[in-house]
Amino acid sequence: MGIVNGKNFKGRVSEALKDQELRGNFRKAMDGLMTKRAAQFEDVDEWTRLRALGESIKKRALSKLPELLVQLEENLTKNGIKVHWAENVDQANEIILGILQSHDVKTVVKGKSMVSEEMELNHFLEPHGIKALEADLGEYIVQMAEEMPSHIIMPAIHMNKGQIAKLFEDKLPGTPYTEDAAKLTEIARKELRREFAEAGAGLSGVNFAVAETGTLCLVENEGNGRMVTTVPPVHIAVTGIEKVVENLSDVPALLSLLTRSATGQPITTYFNMISSPRKKGEKDGPEEVHLVLLDNGRSDVYRDAETRDTLQCIRCGACMNHCPVYTRVGGHAYGGVYPGPIGKILTPQLEGLDNYPEHPSASTLCNACVEICPVKIPIAKMLVRLRDENAGNCPHGEHPVKGRGSKSSAVEHASWKGWKAMNANPTTYKVATKAMSKMGNLMPSSLPMLSEWTSVRSKPKFASQTLHDLVKKMDVKDD
Amino acid sequence: MTNTARDNILAKLNAAAPSKSFDASDFNVLKEKQLSAEERIRKYKEVTTAVNTQVFDLDRADWTQKLEEILVQKGVRHMLYGPSSHLGRNLEENWQNKDAALVPYNKAMEECKDILFDIDAAITSTLGAVAETGSVILWPTKEEPRLLSLTPPIHIAVVEADKFYTTFYEAIETNQWAANMPTNALLISGPSKTADIEQELCYGVHGPKELIVLIIHD
Repeated sequence: MGIVNGKNFKGRVSEALKDQELRGNFRKAMDGLMTKRAAQFEDVDEWTRLRALGESIKKRALSKLPELLVQLEENLTKNGIKVHWAENVDQANEIILGILQSHDVKTVVKGKSMVSEEMELNHFLEPHGIKALEADLGEYIVQMAEEMPSHIIMPAIHMNKGQIAKLFEDKLPGTPYTEDAAKLTEIARKELRREFAEAGAGLSGVNFAVAETGTLCLVENEGNGRMVTTVPPVHIAVTGIEKVVENLSDVPALLSLLTRSATGQPITTYFNMISSPRKKGEKDGPEEVHLVLLDNGRSDVYRDAETRDTLQCIRCGACMNHCPVYTRVGGHAYGGVYPGPIGKILTPQLEGLDNYPEHPSASTLCNACVEICPVKIPIAKMLVRLRDENAGNCPHGEHPVKGRGSKSSAVEHASWKGWKAMNANPTTYKVATKAMSKMGNLMPSSLPMLSEWTSVRSKPKFASQTLHDLVKKMDVKDD
Repeated sequence: MTNTARDNILAKLNAAAPSKSFDASDFNVLKEKQLSAEERIRKYKEVTTAVNTQVFDLDRADWTQKLEEILVQKGVRHMLYGPSSHLGRNLEENWQNKDAALVPYNKAMEECKDILFDIDAAITSTLGAVAETGSVILWPTKEEPRLLSLTPPIHIAVVEADKFYTTFYEAIETNQWAANMPTNALLISGPSKTADIEQELCYGVHGPKELIVLIIHD
């Protein structure tokens, strides 16, 4: 289950909605990101074709996923990179612990990695006497605040300068209060440079793993990703199995879609391609490079042709930037590692609908996420599928989603059954509609199911005459 | 444990792999992007200066002298370089500056970490540049290691004027990178930056605070 968990989603949403500061922070950030992204894709023809290419690259890679993973392993091994496989987060954590302990590592410096968040790696390492230090500035801030990232690209987007200034003042001895972003950045630079130089290992995520060449690609702006993959003697990369792409020539299109969709940049400052550990005669770079390939439910998602599309995700975060729900409640409300629209479909599939029962319903199905997704994941369609499964229905082949039926309700089932029976027979329909026109308005708002509806909407008002009666009175002929 | 994990994961994926094969992707949207040699340099400058890179057009005949002037202006006292690289030998032959000393990166990182993390600037050659994204292509070698472009606060990158590509895709395809990937290859597009604090752009968070690109013209 996730770090927080999906239960009490509604409670967290209510809290978030009341928090004006939080809502202001998100509103401002998301508005800016949407504008920047729009400027990057002004050429609609290019966007349409590039997006089709991105989708095709990911679909092609997924269509031969097992084959490409084996090819990736072969080429990485040939290049001198050690490959490890983990079915679940426990195995992945044990593998990483084993590598760190074999080198007697006390501090591991980390680049941004959502998979390591999925593994709760930092918490796992702590009791083993290993400090995992986040080096991405946003991650460094949320780690200092003992929080989770609230966005997959901008982890500290939920905080404003005043909150960050206070945090630095409180947590870093001798640091005066300052809301100057440049000064705060400089403080973090100084604090972390010593750690980069002294850490026993570096850990990173992977944006694309190229099967053809055995290359691990990393996208970042700060240089912390380069630091953790270059300075410590050991580099451990961790990735979900879906990040593999077939050829090196597949990378430029995905890179372009990723950075432009995420932050509206034509590219990030650093695009780092790692193909081996330090070779003989080279003066820097880690002596050892490891890759941990994590499944953690992805092979279950892969089994079903419909849910498989979820694995196309390139983690740009554009869906959350454009989501009216995410913008209002923020990332923490979701209670999982992946917030926003992609989180609403990915998290229940990885962690079980029973653990995240509210996720599929936390959407208006407005389609903003679908229109913006650079690799065309049909998020809204998937949400409807998950809602259906949540209600206990499984009309979707033989691969139901883990934890389905978590919102299955006998009352609801009986109600719909009654509804169907009533509408299927002219006499019962006539009797029921007449009854509702006479007595429907007497129903109290507190009735089961109606109470939830009326908590945020006006109660439906029944007309005094049915449509049938009105039509009859008007003497409309049925031609 | 791991072998079992590998077998289990692959077995599950193989059992589920779709029978439908996907056609080769249509890369024309990238292939069609073509700029002339002059346009590539113009576009490169436009994109990279927007993210705070400083670009200088220099003649091959006197570029080291001009570089010395730039370093003096910036108050650089020590510049790290790869002494056995072509660029390094060129610098040694022509360096006259008494104010900015050349410091060779000629030992393993572990033996000179204090210098690497405490020097004013470093210089590297490049494999070229990408116009569309405003990126220089670095291909670190034994002669020009990776940290030259990372730890010093100023990174100076030298690009030959005839080595500009329109797109990253073109650079990969033209030079057949896939056949010969180095330990580490990089696209660098500006100085290190972050916008993690309330979306405010700040340069030099972990990597160089300044990127200076010298375009060498014949």
